[in-house]
Amino acid sequence: MNRASFDGSYGAYGGRYVSETLVFALDELTRAVSEILLRDAFQAELDQLLSTYVGRPTPLTEATRLARALDPSGASLGRLFLKREDLCHTGAHKINNAIGQVLLAKKMGKTRIIAETGAGQHGVATATACALFGLPCHVYMGEEDVARQAPNVGRMKLLGAEVISVRSGSRTLKDAMNEALRDWVTNVATTHYCIGSAAGPHPYPELVARLQSVIGVEAREQILERTGALPDAAIACVGGGSNAIGLFRGFLTAKSVRLFGVEAAGDGVDTPRHAAPLTAGRVGVLHGSKSYLLCDDEGQILEAHSISAGLDYPGVGPEHAHLKDTGRARYLAATDAEALAACKTIAQTEGIIPALETAHALARIYDAAAEVSQAVGRPATVVVGFSGRGDKDLATLLAHLVTPEAGRA
Amino acid sequence: MRRLVDAFPAGAKRKRLVTYLCVGDPDVDESVELALACVDAGADVLELGCPFSDPTADGDTIARASQRAIAAGGGLTATLRACEAIRKRTEAPVVLFGYYNPIFVRGEAAFAASAASAGADASLVVDLPVSAAADYRRAATGAGIGVIPLVAPTSTDEHVRAIAEHAASSPFVYYVAVAGVTGGSSALASLDSAADAAVSVRERSGRPTVVGFGIDSGERAARVAARGADGVVVGSAIVRAIEEGKTSDARRRGVTALVGSLRDALERAAS
Repeated sequence: MNRASFDGSYGAYGGRYVSETLVFALDELTRAVSEILLRDAFQAELDQLLSTYVGRPTPLTEATRLARALDPSGASLGRLFLKREDLCHTGAHKINNAIGQVLLAKKMGKTRIIAETGAGQHGVATATACALFGLPCHVYMGEEDVARQAPNVGRMKLLGAEVISVRSGSRTLKDAMNEALRDWVTNVATTHYCIGSAAGPHPYPELVARLQSVIGVEAREQILERTGALPDAAIACVGGGSNAIGLFRGFLTAKSVRLFGVEAAGDGVDTPRHAAPLTAGRVGVLHGSKSYLLCDDEGQILEAHSISAGLDYPGVGPEHAHLKDTGRARYLAATDAEALAACKTIAQTEGIIPALETAHALARIYDAAAEVSQAVGRPATVVVGFSGRGDKDLATLLAHLVTPEAGRA
Repeated sequence: MRRLVDAFPAGAKRKRLVTYLCVGDPDVDESVELALACVDAGADVLELGCPFSDPTADGDTIARASQRAIAAGGGLTATLRACEAIRKRTEAPVVLFGYYNPIFVRGEAAFAASAASAGADASLVVDLPVSAAADYRRAATGAGIGVIPLVAPTSTDEHVRAIAEHAASSPFVYYVAVAGVTGGSSALASLDSAADAAVSVRERSGRPTVVGFGIDSGERAARVAARGADGVVVGSAIVRAIEEGKTSDARRRGVTALVGSLRDALERAAS
């Protein structure tokens, strides 16, 4: 798969909408992708790190009790498999991308790494990779996220990273990305900006999708080995959409596998408080690429809302916009309350506490299975991108799930 | 676009002063008065900033002003309204300065037509590099709106050649003095190399070239002009003067004094 001449367009989406100062750095990174990252030697070094350091391949766990809890009769949801990115070192899929980008940056001769983070998982992953490779690391994080993801702030600091609390705008992921872009434009010669999602200007969406495609490639091999067939559906949560695109990349060419992304509906997609641009947004340009986003008629970006800091972003990666328009993937949404309920269900049926981001995908498994089983005429086999573990969300989970009003969950 | 072309006559000795302010900070009506005050104090070209929620190329000063402006009702509609009000009272050329999403959401052709009927002469879209601007350039020039390109210290020769190819649609070129965001205060030595680079860009692109980013005083403006740049852009320093004024009178006095001092410094540099 040589897409070295790829220009960064996913249908009508993607592209490179940045100030002139950054064009040079993006050209340089694009060259590095084709001249370094795509070479066998780099891939071999990366594979070695993924297996000995990250802990890949991650298991594919069959979740029988959860499947029966979601669909007692088994008429819609047959077998359910979890692609366990929560078992990666640092607790989420983010490390796949961070290790790859920081290794690439090192080979490009960059001496400093910056990153933005929402939930803190990408920040922790980048701080981890920087510690491993001995590079200084600066992580931008919205002030609101610093407060609600305190354990990850502590982890980043322990790993030697500097965490910069961002006080502008909505004080969440979007504003952290603004600050990271400002840093990058100022220090562009020495610094690599390690973007955490499959978003941003070309070549980032493709670079990140490529580094995350290990999820889908492994999942495909594993499910074939376990069931002798491809799954009927693959489903994952979508904020920027890197874990979803990583999973989808394993199945994109297999048209029999239906793809589902689940956005964060916050209080509901019919309210102003959600983070679901594919479901309830419009096309626009944010952070360097054209995609769906949340903005008003004046083109001002709206604040997103989700209980999950990692999905609390008003944009989405451009490849998802293209997959939506072409109908190759379907995009659903799950509310804060549905995600919380899903956390409790899986914790008590499978003994696995998911990240709040992951819980959004879990909340829509049954709906996806029902739709697919109707189409194929038998119970569906579903693979879920289990993007991360819930340790970081414990305070939020306890506050919502152990109070009387949330007992209904 | 005519007014802007006339503002940079070939062989002119006068150094051009381009002043930026963020429309809607502190409110849209006062922005009109402050822009006119800039012209009265010696500005040659007005840059009207359309506030955007996520101004990634701007530093703290303009980012804060943008937030204040949006809260006060600023945005693309208000910026066009301000432009129209300014045009009724001055013939000074106006460049609409902003980010791409508001233009994209309105529609490129619709924006260009509104800009033309509001009396704007050109636009500068910070996050629309030349490589992504082909459709927009057609829409803008079709409506008589010029497209001001940015050249940065990191720009390639190829980029400058691409600008030269589209010279007819670009009344001037904006040279970004530092790799960074707006609002810094450049070291004098780095301004010298920026001015030299701007002269080189002018020679290669065939367009007048002004220097912006980090020029916050008469001293810096004069240094750049004396070294051969066609003019300077001053933005954050003006926004700061507006931010610091407690009353509309004080803001007007602050802006007038600053622009006047920049004008004087440029006159001295040119003589």
